[in-house]
Amino acid sequence: MKKTYRKFLNFFMLFLSSLMAFYGIFWLFWILGSLFINGIKYLKPELVYLDPTPPGVEGGGLRPAFVGHFIITSLATLIGIPAGIMAGIFFSEYGRNSTFFKVLRQITDIMVSTPSIIMGAVVYALLVKPIGHFNGLSGAVALALLMMPVIAVTTDEMLRLVPQQMREAAYALGAYKWQVIKDVVFRAAKVGILTGVLLGVARITGETAPLLFTALNNNSLNLDLMKPMASLTVTIFNYVMGPYDYWHKQAWASAFILTMGVLLLSVIAKTVLNGNILKPLSHIARSFTKKGKEVSNSW
Amino acid sequence: MEIVSSTQEKLSTVKTKGVFFEVLVKFALGFWALFIGLLFPLLIALILFYESRLAIEKFGFIHFLTNANWDPVNEDFGALTMIVGTIISTFLAVSIATPISIGIAIFITELAPKWLKPIVSGAIELLAAIPSIIYGMWGFFVITPIMANKVEPWLQATFGNLPLVGALFSGVPTGVDVLTTSLVLSIMIIPFMASVVRDSFNMVPSIMKESAYGLGATQWEVIRQVVIPYTASGIAGGLILSTGRALGETMAVTFLAGNNPQIPKSLFDSFTTITVALANQFTEADTDIYLSSLYYLSMLLFLVSFVMLSIAKFMVLRLEKRWKV
Repeated sequence: MKKTYRKFLNFFMLFLSSLMAFYGIFWLFWILGSLFINGIKYLKPELVYLDPTPPGVEGGGLRPAFVGHFIITSLATLIGIPAGIMAGIFFSEYGRNSTFFKVLRQITDIMVSTPSIIMGAVVYALLVKPIGHFNGLSGAVALALLMMPVIAVTTDEMLRLVPQQMREAAYALGAYKWQVIKDVVFRAAKVGILTGVLLGVARITGETAPLLFTALNNNSLNLDLMKPMASLTVTIFNYVMGPYDYWHKQAWASAFILTMGVLLLSVIAKTVLNGNILKPLSHIARSFTKKGKEVSNSW
Repeated sequence: MEIVSSTQEKLSTVKTKGVFFEVLVKFALGFWALFIGLLFPLLIALILFYESRLAIEKFGFIHFLTNANWDPVNEDFGALTMIVGTIISTFLAVSIATPISIGIAIFITELAPKWLKPIVSGAIELLAAIPSIIYGMWGFFVITPIMANKVEPWLQATFGNLPLVGALFSGVPTGVDVLTTSLVLSIMIIPFMASVVRDSFNMVPSIMKESAYGLGATQWEVIRQVVIPYTASGIAGGLILSTGRALGETMAVTFLAGNNPQIPKSLFDSFTTITVALANQFTEADTDIYLSSLYYLSMLLFLVSFVMLSIAKFMVLRLEKRWKV
């Protein structure tokens, strides 16, 4: 009797666990499915190259949003990547034995999960209030600040995977520390750092909250960083909240493009990192950075 | 002779150059490490504090936390409705997500065949990669109508007449309410919790599990009596991490909460959270005290989420230390 009960309980709980896994995957497919169905339906080339029509007039596109999103994200990436990588190198190469920097490293990890809307509020005080109006530059800075901890943490983790012997060998040849970092550590961990960068870009590409009150929005094409600049995410937000049916359709289509972009970035990042999911794809990705091979094989 | 001296000269320039670079590189790298790890969080706290000084002076701390009014016209601001809304939605979302994440972690670490593991892991991680605005939009267009027309009327018919519990299901089901928000929020935090729990499950030495199997335990008994007790602090860490995430979630909640500054009395009431108030009202704030109150809210949010995440970090680190091979 007891035995059957234990066996039943075992079966039941394990069944429940499997059910949970499928529950999670179920939502993923539902979200992606409805995005795909609605996104494809309303996806037109006009979406990318036409400017928005005045509210209520059907048609038009979201050219300012696409251009603005590209500008803001690239600028944020340009600011965020060097800073993040430099901090990551320091944590791994100089701060490894210092308690102070160990603590800072953990704080950086915490900053990765800071609510992104806080970044918007902070940059509003730093760059929007003094300038006097919303501007694209502040949006890029907010996203860059959001990105820095992400990249610092992944860079640090990747550099730690480089075997200590490689560093010691270089030191034995009389290399300076900066030479060891530049020519040995950095080269070996290139693929890993690339992963971190891709993940960082994926993270900021989908962000909305920090842009709401920094870059704001703009209905006409704007290349001036000191003026309000449209972005895809904020436009989606406004269009979904808006009353017009064609706004909703355009929001679906741009949401589809945005999600595909972000998912593609993170899938590529993960494939490059642990090439066991889609071997052939990762092989192609890795061939761009041949030197990283030795390291990625040893993971 | 000349060759020797020129070589020496070259060597010494190389050496000074090397030493110079050594210091320069260390200084530059160190600055950014210091910036991201210390100055940056400090700067955030200081700026938020500085910007909210007006509201702090006017409303104080206790009064601001316990005042349920949010009245821009009369310039009377209190955070109670937002704080309660944030706590309720976060609590519900974490309660839904916890058993599911543990189930997912069990499935990935103990049950799934080897070829399936990366697929399930990857799919769950993809959930984390979907931008939060997409969750909000999808919830608003797809989930809200289903909740309003099917799920919530059914819940109301089934549980609405029960004593005590019935009050939770009162009101008009609109779909834009506590229940929908918590459901979507729970989907968003599942991947974070599941990945922390999975990693801690993987840390349990297999010799522990094997000894239990050797004593005749079933797979569930091993999980229940060996794996879960030994990863308790990891699970707690994952729980707190996802709580921190849920607290700061903005876009999805903004679509689904209804932005109604009231304390929800049932699951079908619309409500507001700190992040919703920030997202909706920041650009509308026309007076200094209005903006300052919003900064006060964001300072509270920052401090609370920072503390929560630090605790989570500490719990996970403790687990890692214990199992350090």
